[in-house]
Amino acid sequence: MIGMFAYNIPFASIFVMMISAIITPLLPNRNRIPEKLSCFAVGFVGLMSAYLLYALTAGGQTQSFNFAMGHFPAPWGNELRAGPLEAVLSLVFCVAMLLSLTGNFSSTAEDIAPKRRNIFCVLVNLLTASLLALTYTNDLFTAYVFIEINTIAACAIVAVKESAETVRAALRYLVMSLVGSGLVMIAICLLYDLTGHLLMQNMHRAIGELVATKRYMMPLTVSLALITAGLAIKSALYPFASWLPDAHGSSTNASSAILSGLVLKGHIFTIIKIFYRVYGLDVIHVLRMDTVIFILGITAMIMGSVHALRQKNVKRMIAWSSVAQVGYIFMGVGLNTIAGIAAACLHIIVHACVKPMLFTAAGGLSNAAGHKKGLHALMGTFYVNIWAGLGLIAGACSMMGIPGFAGFASKLSLTLASFDHSTVVWALTALAASSVLNALYYVPAVIVVLTHNKDAQKNFTAPAPTMSYKVSMLIFLALNFYLGLFCVPLLRLITRGVNVL
Amino acid sequence: MNEELRAIWQTFFNWVMGIGPRPENEVIPPEPPPDLPFTQKPRDKYSRFHEATLKERYNQWLEIHGLHLFSVLYAGLSVLTCVVIVSLLLATVAELPPFGHERNPANNEVIRRYVEHGGHETGAQNIVAGLILDYRAFDTFGESAVLFTAAVSVLMLLGASRSNKPDDGESPLRHHHAFSKNDTILRGVATLSIPAILMMGCVVVINGHLSPGGGFSGGAILSTALILAANAYGFGRVHDFFSERTFIVSSSTALMIYALSKGYSFFTGANHIHSIIPKGTIGDILSGGLILPLNICVGLIVAGTLYGFYALFSEGDI
Repeated sequence: MIGMFAYNIPFASIFVMMISAIITPLLPNRNRIPEKLSCFAVGFVGLMSAYLLYALTAGGQTQSFNFAMGHFPAPWGNELRAGPLEAVLSLVFCVAMLLSLTGNFSSTAEDIAPKRRNIFCVLVNLLTASLLALTYTNDLFTAYVFIEINTIAACAIVAVKESAETVRAALRYLVMSLVGSGLVMIAICLLYDLTGHLLMQNMHRAIGELVATKRYMMPLTVSLALITAGLAIKSALYPFASWLPDAHGSSTNASSAILSGLVLKGHIFTIIKIFYRVYGLDVIHVLRMDTVIFILGITAMIMGSVHALRQKNVKRMIAWSSVAQVGYIFMGVGLNTIAGIAAACLHIIVHACVKPMLFTAAGGLSNAAGHKKGLHALMGTFYVNIWAGLGLIAGACSMMGIPGFAGFASKLSLTLASFDHSTVVWALTALAASSVLNALYYVPAVIVVLTHNKDAQKNFTAPAPTMSYKVSMLIFLALNFYLGLFCVPLLRLITRGVNVL
Repeated sequence: MNEELRAIWQTFFNWVMGIGPRPENEVIPPEPPPDLPFTQKPRDKYSRFHEATLKERYNQWLEIHGLHLFSVLYAGLSVLTCVVIVSLLLATVAELPPFGHERNPANNEVIRRYVEHGGHETGAQNIVAGLILDYRAFDTFGESAVLFTAAVSVLMLLGASRSNKPDDGESPLRHHHAFSKNDTILRGVATLSIPAILMMGCVVVINGHLSPGGGFSGGAILSTALILAANAYGFGRVHDFFSERTFIVSSSTALMIYALSKGYSFFTGANHIHSIIPKGTIGDILSGGLILPLNICVGLIVAGTLYGFYALFSEGDI
């Protein structure tokens, strides 16, 4: 049985982040105290998640438990649920969040007015709390409430940098995201009407009965379509991804890293939970949603990269590459097998570690080139900020799937997972084509950065990278290599987690 | 035959590339006087249409008609999408279980316990208050946090940008509302009704666990009193006792009290520890455990947020 301390960690994680968000507006706004508090809280929650992961998997056994929020047991009160998969995801979310904050500590100070930085920290804490709640919740309505917090906070951290571009991007993001929330809300209402429950396992049981007796199939299909569409808009699955490059490409580096690396992943994990725990993989297959997701996933893998090829701004290029990577995750979900979902979860983790590194690196490089973001302006910046250059090269190798880098591990597991599936030819073709396309835009970017440019280099007057930047980048690089070289134990852990999900 | 085809191809190629012969009847525009400003130069490209390549002609056409075409297409597609979604949803609603039927799936053991045991389990006479602030208090905590998130976001976007403007007392926007300060009727009515509205709001908040109402509705009533006061006496008068700082401190403190007290309740409930919070007698004003203080907290957050939104959107400042 699990210890008292570990048992309370899911609840404590959410509450630590919530309370640090609530207390931040009251703090003095000097010496960057709010940001330090955020970093401290995120780090503390990360440590707790690591301990929870250890406690749940200690001794080779896999445990999971439910945590009643209050004095009333589950169908009446709210409930949280924790297993190895939830623990490892919240650990990764916390690590990526912490590194995104510390890595961009100086660029945040440049981009955000001092008066706004306080509230930026409130929003970052709320975002972390909502990601943790989405990871741990066992109740569909609680998930909706935290999706709302996530939506508002995510739009606000785009607009935190004052410029016409970011305000326009944030408005666009807000409109798209609210359409998504609305669809999810309608779907939850339909599901409640059909099942009479909001707790995931009770809904699963009721849906199983409905499908077995073929009753209410049409509303059930519509609810699945609406909830998938709503969350797909929020997680930028290709045809719904038009908001992403503006929002991720124009905001400050920390926001871009958090949005691309974490916010998308929270919604994707919610989809996985809904597919797996509410409807069940059999029902998903009966209602044909796995095929839809699979086709959209491989379309996104190709189209995201095609759009990225046309970009001249390095951050927009990386943002479009996120669309392609989200496609990989959805392809794994669309395989509709345990192996496919485990591979998708591994890709969530890999992308959550690599994409913030790429954005941090791109921010460092464009800072070295005097705040220019065009790819041509970055010529020779590797020699000004070697840490950022290394980050870009490692991130590019990872995205292309070079062995030894993180992206290779998840692409390999996606490939292996697709062999069990009837659509293996399509999956392999899409994986190969998308990897080549990734190389087509990442390799030129790396070449540009590595090319010596004597004339421009004289004009580079950027200060040397700070200590926090170097340390964060070092940890990012180490994580990248760790995930690339030692992914097998992690994949096994994820598979165990999916099995008890 | 081959020659003819080649000639046709050549003509077509010239047409695409814009190197065709000049037509007989073309009117060549006179050279513009050299000292004409740039913006008034006649656009000779349109008059020599045949010399433009197909791509240039397409771009010109797009420049003239593109926006119109886009807006027509956009409107058409929007209407089409809406019609499809609306009909799909209507068809779905028609298939749903009939409204209010006793054998609906939603009439299950969850609802039964709320209705039958809600009173003595939560201590609240108003079952809805017991439901949202005791059974499912975590969701309501999330809802209050949504309001808090929205409020700090709007405050950041509209309020904090004021630091760029010269700030000597009144902002220029305030003078637009100067006339309302002399509106005798508005001020008279406001003087009479504001105390009543405040009382009403407090009653709705404080009796939330006994009668319909609660923090959300009572907070909305309280905020209308503030909005009325701002319109009748000017925002400056409200600012004297409800500034940006007051707003932040009251919202944060209320949410903090909510988080800490409910955190204690969650912690004791989950770990099966006896909670020291008494339930009281059903129907008393001091009953319902934490519901009364939580309603007050939610009321403060809602009142502050709604007034804050109004002030920020109409004045750019609280």
